[in-house]
Amino acid sequence: MPKQLDFIASRVTEGKMTRREFMGRAAALGVSAAMASTMFADAARAAGPVRGGTIKIGCSGGESSNTLDPALVASEVPLNVLRHWGDTLVQVSPTGEIVPRLAESIESTPDAKTWRFKIRKGVEFHNGKTMTADDVLKTIQRHSDEKATSGALGIVKGIESMKVDGDVFSVTLSTPNADLPYLLGDYHLVIQPNGGVDDPAAGIGTGAYTVAINEPGVRHGFTKWANDWDSDRGYADSSEILVINDATARTAALQSGQVHMINRVDPKIAKLLGRAPNLDVRNVSGRGHYVFIMRIETAPFDNNDLRMALKLSINRQEMVDKILRGYGGVGNDIPINASYPLFDDSLAQREYDPALAAEYYKKSGHDGSPIILRTADGAFPGAVDAAALFQQSAQAAGIPLEIKREPNDGYWSEVWNKQPFCASYWGGRPVQDQMYSTAYLSTADWNDTQFKRPDFDALLLQAKAELDLGKRKALYSEMAGILHNEGGLICPMFNDFIDAVSNKVGGYDSDPNGELMNSFAGVKCWLT
Amino acid sequence: MKNIPISAMIGLSFTGLYFFVAIFAPWIAPYGMAEVVGDVWEPSSAKYLLGTDSIGRDLLSRMIYGGRTTIFIATMATILSFTTGATLGFIAAVSGGWVDQLLSRFVDLIMSIPSLIFALVVLSVMPVTVNVLILVMGLLDSTRVFRLARAVAVDIAVMDYVEAARLRGEKLLWIIFREILPNALSPLVAEMGLRFIFMVLFVSTLSFLGLGVQPPQADWGGIVKENKDGIVYGIPAALAPAFAIATLSISVNLVADWVLNRTTSLKGGRG
Amino acid sequence: MHPIVKLVAQRLALSTLLLLAASILIFVGTQILPGDVAQSILGQSATPENLANLRAELGLNEPAVSRYLSWLNDVLHGDLGTALTNGRDIGESIGYRLKNTLFLASCAAVISVPLAIFLGLLAVRYKDRWPDKMISAVTLTSISIPEFLIGYVLMYFIAVKLGWFSSVALVNDGMSFFEKLNAIALPVMVLTLVVLAHMMRMTRAAILNVMQSAYIETAELKGLSTFSVIARHAFPNAISPIVNVVMLNLAYLVVGVVVIEVVFVYPGMGQYLVDHVSKRDVPVVQACGIIFAAVYIGLNMVADIVSILANPRLRHPK
Repeated sequence: MPKQLDFIASRVTEGKMTRREFMGRAAALGVSAAMASTMFADAARAAGPVRGGTIKIGCSGGESSNTLDPALVASEVPLNVLRHWGDTLVQVSPTGEIVPRLAESIESTPDAKTWRFKIRKGVEFHNGKTMTADDVLKTIQRHSDEKATSGALGIVKGIESMKVDGDVFSVTLSTPNADLPYLLGDYHLVIQPNGGVDDPAAGIGTGAYTVAINEPGVRHGFTKWANDWDSDRGYADSSEILVINDATARTAALQSGQVHMINRVDPKIAKLLGRAPNLDVRNVSGRGHYVFIMRIETAPFDNNDLRMALKLSINRQEMVDKILRGYGGVGNDIPINASYPLFDDSLAQREYDPALAAEYYKKSGHDGSPIILRTADGAFPGAVDAAALFQQSAQAAGIPLEIKREPNDGYWSEVWNKQPFCASYWGGRPVQDQMYSTAYLSTADWNDTQFKRPDFDALLLQAKAELDLGKRKALYSEMAGILHNEGGLICPMFNDFIDAVSNKVGGYDSDPNGELMNSFAGVKCWLT
Repeated sequence: MKNIPISAMIGLSFTGLYFFVAIFAPWIAPYGMAEVVGDVWEPSSAKYLLGTDSIGRDLLSRMIYGGRTTIFIATMATILSFTTGATLGFIAAVSGGWVDQLLSRFVDLIMSIPSLIFALVVLSVMPVTVNVLILVMGLLDSTRVFRLARAVAVDIAVMDYVEAARLRGEKLLWIIFREILPNALSPLVAEMGLRFIFMVLFVSTLSFLGLGVQPPQADWGGIVKENKDGIVYGIPAALAPAFAIATLSISVNLVADWVLNRTTSLKGGRG
Repeated sequence: MHPIVKLVAQRLALSTLLLLAASILIFVGTQILPGDVAQSILGQSATPENLANLRAELGLNEPAVSRYLSWLNDVLHGDLGTALTNGRDIGESIGYRLKNTLFLASCAAVISVPLAIFLGLLAVRYKDRWPDKMISAVTLTSISIPEFLIGYVLMYFIAVKLGWFSSVALVNDGMSFFEKLNAIALPVMVLTLVVLAHMMRMTRAAILNVMQSAYIETAELKGLSTFSVIARHAFPNAISPIVNVVMLNLAYLVVGVVVIEVVFVYPGMGQYLVDHVSKRDVPVVQACGIIFAAVYIGLNMVADIVSILANPRLRHPK
């Protein structure tokens, strides 16, 4: 049997077998899908990357109001664009480790308070200047400036001071944080010449490609940067991102060969699309989750019995089956799943239990008036349908939910974080600390459930400084328990990232950090 | 009744059927409107005559209830838009002068504001109810009817018989209803048939903006939207409501054609 | 002065006033809408500090009236300003989008308007016989199917299955005229199907309305063929409602095709406006709004003038 496997693997390396054929044969030989997927990637990589050509990506999440300024990047297309022309100090690998990029090495003091980054030498910006530790300092300064408008402001808040010493950039924190490198791997923090102070939207960085065409909301074109410091990327001569926001148009563009890969395949059609020739649907479970948010300080959600009743009256498995069509996993009313390091799977899964829900509902003494759940098509894909399912399952427990569909327009500014009960979406963060600090710390700006618990905050702070992983895991699971039982979060499901990739593409490898290989597909893939 | 042509009979019976089903929806629909009964996009079977929709609700039941919302809103909005639009259009045409200028330019102004902005502003200041929805649709649409009604009536208003009526000292409303209306009826009836269809489609556009009917209620255009993703992969769930809209529109217009025929022959001539 | 010239001059002057009024209404509308551009730029990453910073930076703390007046002043000097969201020159971005929109609209109009009128005449000629019924049934079906559905079906069967035209109608300046035509073939087909029925049915109805008149009888008695009676004698007298409906549809082709733009990834004005409305980018919304308003007001004026020219009694008022 191994012999046969070797044979089909060699066919892959020679480029004579597609992924789908390989997966089919491997399955026939009794190899698990995950195993076969890894084997295929290895075999394909053995063939080595091919240089040349133009990679075309059909991508949703772009608007004509987009800009190249990294500080203001907030959706998929600008993020993919950013990955083409810029680099960060460090990067999170698909397996969750920190990979040094523009920093060559990282070290910290034992108390995790001071961090030193040795900056890579001989890296050239697209404008011909050499990158220095000073550029790094200026970049982080720009994003952490209180007057700044950066989306990363919250991330770099904890920095007390920064300094440059030769080619070393060092950071001192106000409170210890063992996860600081993960914070500096945030995509906003692309290193720009002189920190981008002069022209933040110039699109000048150290990335594999230079910006050639910038038509926001339409397309973005890139050409290979000749003096790229990293030879393990940027195989194609040029790359192009077409903004295709309509899901059906995106799949049609892939099927008719106008683009080589697309993001965000609708789970409802993923299996059907997968039957089409010459392409593969690739999904990977990530940290993004679809949620219903109850604001704890607003009646009637200040009553934990009512919150518990609602948590028990949602059918998580049905949501995964019908909204995600199986492309995802059930949530457990905490924002963390097994994709996170130090996840504790001993927390019991909450199940749909209408009888128990009815009991809690009765105990809560709610007056029986309908509970208004706000939703919008843009809250997350299928949010309106999910709300309808929730309404049905709650009805079985005797809990009256009333759905109110809000316009997509203004949903994030007028409904989310304002209305007492609404549908929402979280993209997840690389580590637990960051997820909790962003949305569940009493003082967090985005504490959308108004979860304010001093004991929880204390545990979070303690975990931040704890370098012993075992102890840290115990702290995290204690926190998860509090949130699970008393929080305002109803988390029915974690969604997979689903891309579809043409068979002409080599080097595609799923990354749980985000869709399209954490948006690196354009710089890491090649055309065969 | 003998004189009704076959096409009009078909039109009348289909229109009648749809209205009947809409009125008696709760007694006809096999399942509840929001009830999740099966798996996603099940094919049609004896249990689910038209199959199930994108989250496993019975498509037939949803369409029966959806028809109720769709037909009610579209009918009311069309009536509103025609009474307002045609009356004002006739008044403008017959009065002429500054009344005409004022009304016409006001309509130009309203039409020139992008409807997206209009809808969003209305949405932000008014509660979203079916009445508001009908009002917004009817009034926005009456601008289009106004222009047509005025254009037709201006041509008629300079005819000798209208002139004669004026000289007789007839009142404005008498001229409008006795002289202008009968002679302007054909284009208006033809327009009414189409406007009704535009209304049916308009509801679903507004639903998408958040101004339309609230889930789990449905309208036909909305059901098409909910199921559109399956269409290119051979899942017919979106086709059933599209078929319903198409047959409704053809039958309503068949009736309109018949009325049109009757009105043209009413004018005497050689018929 | 000839009364028609006087009328046109009068209407042009009025139109300018209307445009001004429209710009005020649109501005007021954008102020009523909840949320502002600072909030939408920062989106989910908005914190009180950086919101305040951005508002100050974009000059949103000025009173609304002075913002409107300074905008108006700039526009009168030919400067549409820069987009608040990405700092790009609005004149430049809008020029590119407007050119695309007009290109798509005129291609669709060149096909659909003559076709609709011809089909309408044909339907009258063969009234109540099978060509009339066929034309009615087909056009009614095409108008009652939501446009995105027609788009998907054509896209799937023509672009994906047959591989004839491009499913992505992305045009750019590097393309030749014929390459552009090839790229927009599918959206033009859909738009034609969408606007055809309305114009065709109005042509039919308006002509039928005048067919009973005495002069038609005279023409018939002269021994003219039925089709030339319809085309030469009935059509000119029915032109007023037809031209109004044609103008409505032309306006739709310019301002209302955002769904088609999204489905076929066409870089036109509709998507540009929608994106910036949702970002509350007032200068861009204002600029688009003014252009759309000008289209409506202009087309309505043309329709009114054609109606007057077509009717001798209106042309020479007593």
